[in-house]
Amino acid sequence: MSGIPHDHYEPKTNGEKWLHSRLPIVGLLYDTLMIPTPKNLNWWWIWGIVLAFCLVLQIVTGIILVMHYTPHVDLAFASVEHIMRNVNGGYFIRYLHMNGASLFFVAVYIHMFRGLYYGSYKAPREITWIIGMLIYLMMMGTAFMGYVLPWGQMSFWGATVITGLFGAIPFVGDAIQTWLLGGPAVDNATLNRFFSLHYLLPFIIAALVIVHIWAFHTTGNNNPTGVEVRRGSKAEAEKDTLPFWPYFVIKDLFALAVIMVVFWAIVGYMPNYLGHPDNYIEANPLVTPAHIVPEWYFLPFYAILRAFTGEVWVVQFASFITGGIVDAKFFGVVAMFGAILAMALAPWLDTSNVRSGQYRPMFKWWFLLLIVDFFALMWLGAMPAEEPYATFSLIASAYWFAYFFVILPVLGVIEKPLPQPETIEEDFNAHYGKADAEATPAE
Amino acid sequence: MFKKLAIGAAFALALAPASTFAAGGGEQHIEDYAFSFEGLFGTWDEFQLQRGLQIYTEVCAACHGLQYVPLRDLEALGYSEEQVIAYAAANFEVFDPELDDFRPAIPTDHFPANTGVGAPDLSLMAKARAGFHGPYGLGINQLVKGMGGAEYIASLLNGYTGEEKEEAGTILYENKAFPGGWISMAPPLSDEQVEFADGHANDVEHMSEDLAAFLMWTAEPKLIDRKNAGFVGVIFLTVLSVLLYLVNKRLWAPHKGKARKD
Repeated sequence: MSGIPHDHYEPKTNGEKWLHSRLPIVGLLYDTLMIPTPKNLNWWWIWGIVLAFCLVLQIVTGIILVMHYTPHVDLAFASVEHIMRNVNGGYFIRYLHMNGASLFFVAVYIHMFRGLYYGSYKAPREITWIIGMLIYLMMMGTAFMGYVLPWGQMSFWGATVITGLFGAIPFVGDAIQTWLLGGPAVDNATLNRFFSLHYLLPFIIAALVIVHIWAFHTTGNNNPTGVEVRRGSKAEAEKDTLPFWPYFVIKDLFALAVIMVVFWAIVGYMPNYLGHPDNYIEANPLVTPAHIVPEWYFLPFYAILRAFTGEVWVVQFASFITGGIVDAKFFGVVAMFGAILAMALAPWLDTSNVRSGQYRPMFKWWFLLLIVDFFALMWLGAMPAEEPYATFSLIASAYWFAYFFVILPVLGVIEKPLPQPETIEEDFNAHYGKADAEATPAE
Repeated sequence: MFKKLAIGAAFALALAPASTFAAGGGEQHIEDYAFSFEGLFGTWDEFQLQRGLQIYTEVCAACHGLQYVPLRDLEALGYSEEQVIAYAAANFEVFDPELDDFRPAIPTDHFPANTGVGAPDLSLMAKARAGFHGPYGLGINQLVKGMGGAEYIASLLNGYTGEEKEEAGTILYENKAFPGGWISMAPPLSDEQVEFADGHANDVEHMSEDLAAFLMWTAEPKLIDRKNAGFVGVIFLTVLSVLLYLVNKRLWAPHKGKARKD
């Protein structure tokens, strides 16, 4: 690894030397675990470990579920009930998997907003940010297809609505939708391909996670001050950092254990809290549920999708200049994916050369408003598509785009940042006082 | 540090579920019954489940199936293996493809499906309806009470006002618990309809509760096991958290100065 100077693995015994000259895998693990990490990381930096844990949890529980699940329209729903009733511990495995998806998204949203506040997306960490956005997109695809597998009413109708979005693409939409579904409507072919892809995508996510970690191990972690670690010499770097093991591993495991207490309480006592009762009714193409509501983690973007109706002037204008090719439905789809793309473009839209939001007095408030906006969109996404929610959705969607395309570029020019600390050490000592045991390090 | 953790927790809690946001149709009245299986340590009342099974067998089974429930699971209600064999044979016939004919049910069969009059299957009814959405639509009271599906069922069975109307050739019955207020199921229970061996009260209100409890069991037979696993897990993880907190504090102590308050 390049970047921050630190100790490297030195094989000592003959056996270690033999292995190291053929496959330096121990060295790779050593360098990965002992990476110098800014010692002032706060508690918002724990969600990466939570995410890694979620991925492992979902893969392990998922593989067990697959042993008992049958991907067929006539058998899927019954096979889930088989898991709930006959498989040893099956009810708990399934509820862990179901709620694990929600924990995964809680963690990823906090992780992303942490990055947005502390400027973790800025140079030189753009690649880390982009890989992260790809992981997030893959997570959404995986979660959506996973929700279809129990073959309940919400599974079926959710799949019908969401795949219908692709049908909105001009000219080729219908063909794409049919290709995705494997037929004219959601049916056995759809269930089978979703099952196959739901099993595949987590492994692609795992590969992307490795690249994500590789990228930020190359640049070094960001930290709450946004000030870079001093790299002049190993001694200098050691004043700003501590090795990931054991300091941050133990800290992160403590945080993970606390989060697990809450997670376990939810799985044990209200496992269906985040689900929808309609999904305990087997899919029926002839009966449409009264309200088709996506899972909570899709609601903000679902709200943006629905906000752009035919009455909005921007939509009418887009329709007019394209001669009707871009209709309200297609505009909504573009807006939804555009909202995610806007986040991905943040490294190039943000013109401020100050990394951390802590030292940006105006940015702080706009960022806070973005968080409020995100929750507002989540709430609006669950509301029926009628007034006053439609107007609120439009305002909230507009702010989302304004934040990335107007506020971030303009703030960097007009904002006068606060003074930043010279070094991470200075910031750390200001918080915790200068260490009184400088002469006797813990190692 | 804990202030920030608290902010994180509040963030997580604020992510209230989609189902609680979904607007309900009409003015529904769901009564909050105190079932024995609610709360942190609540458990089944086996006698109540047995009464519920009897009501299901004598009344509901005429139109409604329980197709996802294996008959052998009835041993969880306190019956012996012989009793389950006798119950299965006496009450249900299933189609056996090997015989190409119907035969009396055995414990390895499921309760039969019943699609005769288009009545919904009741296996999962207590999870397919939610009675609780509070407080303030957050649904957090589910933590101790469950989703309220059993409450919905008991309220529905008690919710008939006696009013009827005919619509497109179908008789509809007014019901305070049903979304929209009019249900096509005639009032299924009447006082003293079912005689219990132990002489338990058999008015509509008591029978509704017994049946609702039984249907909660059919929907989530592992409810008590699940809560126990949750409880043990929470205790274990709490202890683990405390230990990790202490390890973490000690590990970092040499790198933090005395200026630090906690």
